[in-house]
Amino acid sequence: MIDAPVRWLTALGAWAIDSVWRLGLASRFLGATLAGSGTALRRFRLTVKQVHFVGNYSLIIIVVSGTFVGFVLGLQGYNTLQKYASEQALGLLVALSLVRELGPVVTALLFAGRAGTALTAEVGIMKATEQLSAMEMMAVNPMSRVIAPRFWAGVISMPLLAAIFSAVGVFGGYFVGVVLIGVDEGAFWAQMQAGVDVFDDVLNGVLKSVVFGVVVTWIALYEGYDAVPTAEGVSRATTRTVVTSSLAVLALDFVLTAFMLGSGGW
Amino acid sequence: MTAAANIVEVTGLSFAYDRRLILDGIDLAIPRGKVVAIMGLSGSGKTTLLRLIGGQIRPSAGSVRVDGEDVSRLDADALYRLRRRMGMLFQFGALFTDLSVFENVAFPLREHTDLPESMIRDLVLLKLDAVGLRGARDLMPSQVSGGMARRVALARAIALDPALIMYDEPFTGLDPISLAVISNLIRRLNDALGATSIVVTHDVQESLHMVDYIYFVSKGRIEAQGTPDEIRRTTLPFVHQFVHGEMDGPLPFHYPAAGYARDMGLSDRD
Repeated sequence: MIDAPVRWLTALGAWAIDSVWRLGLASRFLGATLAGSGTALRRFRLTVKQVHFVGNYSLIIIVVSGTFVGFVLGLQGYNTLQKYASEQALGLLVALSLVRELGPVVTALLFAGRAGTALTAEVGIMKATEQLSAMEMMAVNPMSRVIAPRFWAGVISMPLLAAIFSAVGVFGGYFVGVVLIGVDEGAFWAQMQAGVDVFDDVLNGVLKSVVFGVVVTWIALYEGYDAVPTAEGVSRATTRTVVTSSLAVLALDFVLTAFMLGSGGW
Repeated sequence: MTAAANIVEVTGLSFAYDRRLILDGIDLAIPRGKVVAIMGLSGSGKTTLLRLIGGQIRPSAGSVRVDGEDVSRLDADALYRLRRRMGMLFQFGALFTDLSVFENVAFPLREHTDLPESMIRDLVLLKLDAVGLRGARDLMPSQVSGGMARRVALARAIALDPALIMYDEPFTGLDPISLAVISNLIRRLNDALGATSIVVTHDVQESLHMVDYIYFVSKGRIEAQGTPDEIRRTTLPFVHQFVHGEMDGPLPFHYPAAGYARDMGLSDRD
């Protein structure tokens, strides 16, 4: 009778302990990454090489997705706005949606799926094939030589990719709204120019994308570094990267938005 | 023997993982200039022993001294300084897959020295020539065979002229020719560099005519030791079975099982 609830409680407790434990390990990992960042910043070429990889991994998918999200925003925005005869505000709506929310969030989700999984798999395979051990035995710290440059590359790339996403999206919205539907071109751009604030909108969006860049890259690298060093272990770690970082991005987006609105910015 | 004569001294070394005892009171000494094999079955703890010597894991009890320094008591900086005098060849080479053969060998030089590019080039070509792969310098690790990868890794391991070279299963999965090449290289490089080598392996025949001394590890203990001649002549049942590759002996062919007749449903009794 009492067996089932006890088992259930035990499992819940074990899950909680395991979660806290992993969070602690991940935090220590982030600490070690930051502590080992000297090399990544001093020998900046190591980081630039990773920016090139991480950026290239994600650029095409970011540009294509940004275009289509812009298309959809143009359609949906026009559809709603024209009911109130305010289709001139389409430019403003498209730009604000992208810069404040969709740019950072969708980019972060795509970044997790494209670059995050690649980072997890790469680091996991380096571990499984003893490349990280070999590096340690050569008296080279993998945290500073492998992890830190990739971490900073992710942190640098994310805002750039989010900016590209938003810019491409604006043109997508312009194409559908102005070119296809026929919204007034002058109003489209003028409303956008007047309504988008550099600090309240653009800077807050950049801030979000930096935070997402830190979180997604951190999770991806930690999962790779912590992976069970087998083919199966690496594949499971890759899945966990996508799931964990997507949830983290969406949850953090809510928290950040609440803070930014609450601070009177918007 | 004194610390000066032995580059590695292991005393009373135990290591447990998840409460499972993997090494149980190991004592051994590796004299300078020698090639010493650590042999045993898969899972006997020989690779663990190598990792303890390299300071990658810490012992549960006992001590490992390398070049007079207690490995388990060193802080990270001192351990890294000590490791610059060690080279290690991993089981499948562990080459950095994003770097070319040349850059793999150059890696330790670039990380630990400020040598000009021209000198790095000369040193790398010298090391690659020693393993016969000077011509393969522009290939990527994915383009070389298993035996070649092992040789590149060997060139990388000796890039900084280490005093101690460790080999983790260097013969695994090699064809007979590559195997003979690696075996010869281990001996020749050891003598040419004036280094000391530890070879962890279960390849008996290859080791017996290449090494100076052999330790047999079984169930976490040193089961036997001696020169190749002594090992060949030994009457210890376990070593005899191991050296001659006999199917049955102290280590039974059959995994423990219930009675055959009973498993086949022919009898109620074992």
